[in-house]
This record gives sequence, C-alpha cells and structure tokens, in this order.
Amino acid sequence: MKLSREQCFYIILAGLAGALIVFAPLPVRVAPPSQRTFRVEASQFAYSPAVLTVNAGDTVTIELVSTDVVHGLYVDGYGASVTADPGQTVSLTFIANEPGSFRFRCNVTCGALHPFMIGKLQVGTNTLLWRAVGLALLAAFSGVALFPRPATVKAV
Amino acid sequence: MRSELTRFSVVKSLLKNRWPQLFGFIVMLAGFLYAIMTGFIGTPVGNNNFSTVFVWIAWWAILILVAVPFFGRGWCAVCPIPLPGEWIQRGAILEPPSRKPRRLNLRWPNKLRNIWLQNLTFTLVALFSTVILTTPKVTAVVLAAMLFLAVGMSIVFERRTFCRYLCPVSGFIGLYAQTAPVELRVKDKQVCITCKGKPCYNGSAAGYGCPWDVFPGGLTKNTYCGLCMECLRTCPNDNIAINLRPFAADLGQPSRKLDEAFKAFIMLGAAMVYAGVLLGPWGELKSAAYSVGTVAWFGYVMAFLAFIFGLLPALFWLAVKLGQVLSKSNVPARHVFAAFATALVPLGLMFWVAFSLSFVLTNASYIFIAFSDPFGWGWNLFGTAALTWQPYLTTALVPLQTLVLVGGLLWSVRTAQKVGREVKIQPVPVIVFSMLVTLVMLGLLL
Repeated sequence: MKLSREQCFYIILAGLAGALIVFAPLPVRVAPPSQRTFRVEASQFAYSPAVLTVNAGDTVTIELVSTDVVHGLYVDGYGASVTADPGQTVSLTFIANEPGSFRFRCNVTCGALHPFMIGKLQVGTNTLLWRAVGLALLAAFSGVALFPRPATVKAV
Repeated sequence: MRSELTRFSVVKSLLKNRWPQLFGFIVMLAGFLYAIMTGFIGTPVGNNNFSTVFVWIAWWAILILVAVPFFGRGWCAVCPIPLPGEWIQRGAILEPPSRKPRRLNLRWPNKLRNIWLQNLTFTLVALFSTVILTTPKVTAVVLAAMLFLAVGMSIVFERRTFCRYLCPVSGFIGLYAQTAPVELRVKDKQVCITCKGKPCYNGSAAGYGCPWDVFPGGLTKNTYCGLCMECLRTCPNDNIAINLRPFAADLGQPSRKLDEAFKAFIMLGAAMVYAGVLLGPWGELKSAAYSVGTVAWFGYVMAFLAFIFGLLPALFWLAVKLGQVLSKSNVPARHVFAAFATALVPLGLMFWVAFSLSFVLTNASYIFIAFSDPFGWGWNLFGTAALTWQPYLTTALVPLQTLVLVGGLLWSVRTAQKVGREVKIQPVPVIVFSMLVTLVMLGLLL
C-alpha cells in the first residue's frame, strides 16, 4: 500500500498525539495520604461494598468478614491477600501506592461462581482509563483521516 | 499479496496425508471424551475439575487467542465433535470405502441453509453460560449433547450438517475466520469451471466430497470452509492452494446476509455482557445469571436479549440510516445494514480477546492443578496438584487489554471505510457507533 504525503503527515501526527496521550502527565488531584479502613463482607459470590475508592498513598486496611463459607481476598497488582473463615474478621493492610483500578478477588474456592467473585479497588484517578479513552477517540478520528475516503461518497 | 504454502511439497504432502490429521483427531477425541467423563464423575467444584478447567480455560484460550485469529477455522480441522458421526456416515475412517454405505444422506432444508440456527444455539448456550462455565456436570451434558446431535445429524443428513448449520461454536469461528491470515482457495477458477465431475464437491476415490457443502471453485471468503483438506486430496488438477495472506482480507467484500450481520451483533453484545456480569463487581448480576429459572434469571435473560437483539442493532441501524441520509443513497437499508455489520467483525473479535485475556490469565493456574488431579479426588499425577491459585501478568493485563481494544477499533474503522466505499455510503456514523461501544467495553474492563 503506497501512502500519500497527506497520509504520512496524518500517521506522524497520530503517532505524536498517541505518545502524548500515553505519556503526558495528567492533572490529577493529589490528596495527602491517610489511613483508610473498610469493613468488607464476603458472601457467595460478592463483596460488599464491592468498590473501594482510596487516594494514592493511603494506607488501606480491609477488615474482611465472611458471612457464609471460607472466602479470601487477593488484590491484583499489589499481590496482597487474606483468608477469612465464616464469622471471623481478618485484616489486610497495605499502602496503595500504585494509582489505577485494580480487581480484588476471592482466592479460596468458595463455590460455583468462585472464579468470578470480584471487587474493585480504585486508587486515585483511573488515569489509565482516561488515557485509553483518549486513545480510542484518537483511533476513531485518525482512522477517518488516515484511510482514504471513498471518492464516490460525498463529503459531510 | 498472497504466499502459497502448498507450493512446498513437505507442507502439501503433510496436509494431503490422512494420518497426521487422524492422529490430531484421535488426541482431541480422547481429550473430549475424558472431559465428558471427568465432568460427570469428578468433583462438582468447577475450578478443580478437568472438564470445566480444560474446556473453558485451556481450550477457550487457545481457540480465541490463537486458533481463530491466526488460523481461522483451524480448530474445525481437528474438532472431534463431528468425527464419530462422520465415520458412521462414510463407513470408513480414512480413505473412501470401495462400496458406499447406505445412509439417508438427506439434504438440509433450503430454508435453513443459513446461520440463524447457529445464532439461536449460541444464544441459548450464552443464556446458560454462567452455569455451564462453572458446573462440570452441565459442561459434560453440553459436550455430550453436541456429540450425540452431531452423530444423529450425520446419520440422517449428508455431509457435516451439524457443523455447518447448528454448532454454536462453528458460527462465530466462521465469522471471525474472515480475519485470519490463512485461506484455502483455488489457484485458477477457470480450471474449476471446466473440471469434469467436480470431485472436490462430489468426491472421488481419492477423497470425500466437501464435508462443508462448499464448492471450492466458488470460495471467496473463509466463513464456511472448514479447512478439512478433502478438496486438496480430491482435486485432479492440483488447483487447490493454502495461502498466507494479510489479516482480514475477506472483510473487503462485505456480507449482504442478515444472519451473518446478527451473528456479529450477538458476539459483540455477548462479550460486553460477559465483561460486565462475569468480570464486574456486581454480585447481584452474577447471581441473576446463575440462578436459572428464578425471576432474577428471567430478568437477566430479557435484558440480555433486549441488548443483543434490540438495543445494539437499533443503534447501529440509526447509524447506518444517518450515513444513508448524509450520502443521499437509495441502496436498500437492509443491504447496507448487513454490509456495515462487517465492521463489527474485527471489533467483536478484539472484544473477545480482551475479555478472554482477563478471564484466562486470572484462572490459568487451575490448568496445572486440574491436569494432575482431573477428577478432584486428591490425585497428583504430574506433581502439580498442590500448586496454589495464582493470577498471571496482572500488571500487564490492563495495558494489554487497552491495546487490543483500541487496535480493534482502528481495525473496525478501516473496515467501515472499505464497506463505505463498496456500498457508496458515508461510514462516519458507523465509526462513531464502534467508538461508543469500545468506550463502554473499556469502562467495563478497566
């Protein structure tokens, strides 16, 4: 496929815009680190609350209570985990120094839907999501500009 | 830009020889029967049973992450499901027998010669998927049912009717096989036109007539070619080639069929629903999807069907209609709708890849455990039964999913542009649709 000069220009422009979206620092609100404690109830096959939101740098303590069978809680990206017997409360403490969105999931087989017993830990602003949204918008717009528009289709 | 693989004599003789394929078939059939057996008599705990772990984690990972994107219908070439039925139908395991066995060999009804039934069977499986995925006995029932149905259909109907018109997996493999960089095509169509007896379709002493009911001389896309290699064996003119080609070469010829268009919607929508239900933090949704027969489950079913057969196609139809208005086109909306649905093929495939990456990388460690202890009875055949669950590549997962989804969108944009050129309609509204569903998927997975 031979590229026209205009297409080459758009490819370079899209590449630069993509690099900007991926690497440019985003204006995120930084709050001073604090101690956050959550009481999380685990029952087949959900956590309550299922979404935990903290600031980057917070020291997070999760008090896990299992209300039926043995459940666990493993935080993706942090590798921290804990297991709770029924009726027992156990604590898991870690410093949420990695911003982003992380799944936490049960790490003890607890029944049929065990592999899908999932919660979400939101640390600071989910910049990766916003960067991904930016890349998707760029992909759509640059796609329109990059690929030759059919001559037979009238311009909008 | 194509490169013929069958020009290498080693490749060609390997593909023509029935023994390597038979070996693959037998290994797959043994694994398949083993999965049925472990499902029925092994532990009811899904993530400790070979049946669920190997079918829904190992096989699924290989299928959606490797086989379909790179080999198209490569899986169909070694799928064990139609085998026993085909052996009965042919009265032989390898070469055609000297005397044809007496079978009904009925032709599949004309009205059903489309993939609507496959759309239906996939949707049915999808509605029960939360139970099927997690319950070994149900997995075993589904696998056994497919095997028996395939045998029954081979006895009554000609060729691989089950694969072509009923198999819930075959439908989407065919759809996404269009994106694969491998194809089976004839070298010179003129040779096929003048060929006497058309042994590739009707069979000969060298091999069977196309089991997929396809005349290779008319092949223009991968959708319905099962890569079984029979035509390579039967062609008397050495006119069949296996080619390497660019990805998505078939998508330049948009489909005009509504059944194929709806297959694209079903697959796209199902990937989105699964990302929300199975990988999201909403416990009520998971319970609703799992509690078959309850009011909550019926609510889930209604929402699932409304999303896939209502909301998605309706929004897409609006986008197509807007494109028509902008282009002042008189092409029938039905044709344009079906043609533009081709743009959802690469997008849907990438949605499934992104969803599966998360599901598979998180649960892959169960494969090693189930390998050593397939029934969940405390065995340790290969010393891996005591391994603990461990998710893989969790830090790389999200960037990888982002790349896959954005790449899928770019691919879809390119396809929409090509379709727009073919049908002479402005593709921008369809591109906006693709972008919006990608944003939703990013929100669900990230």
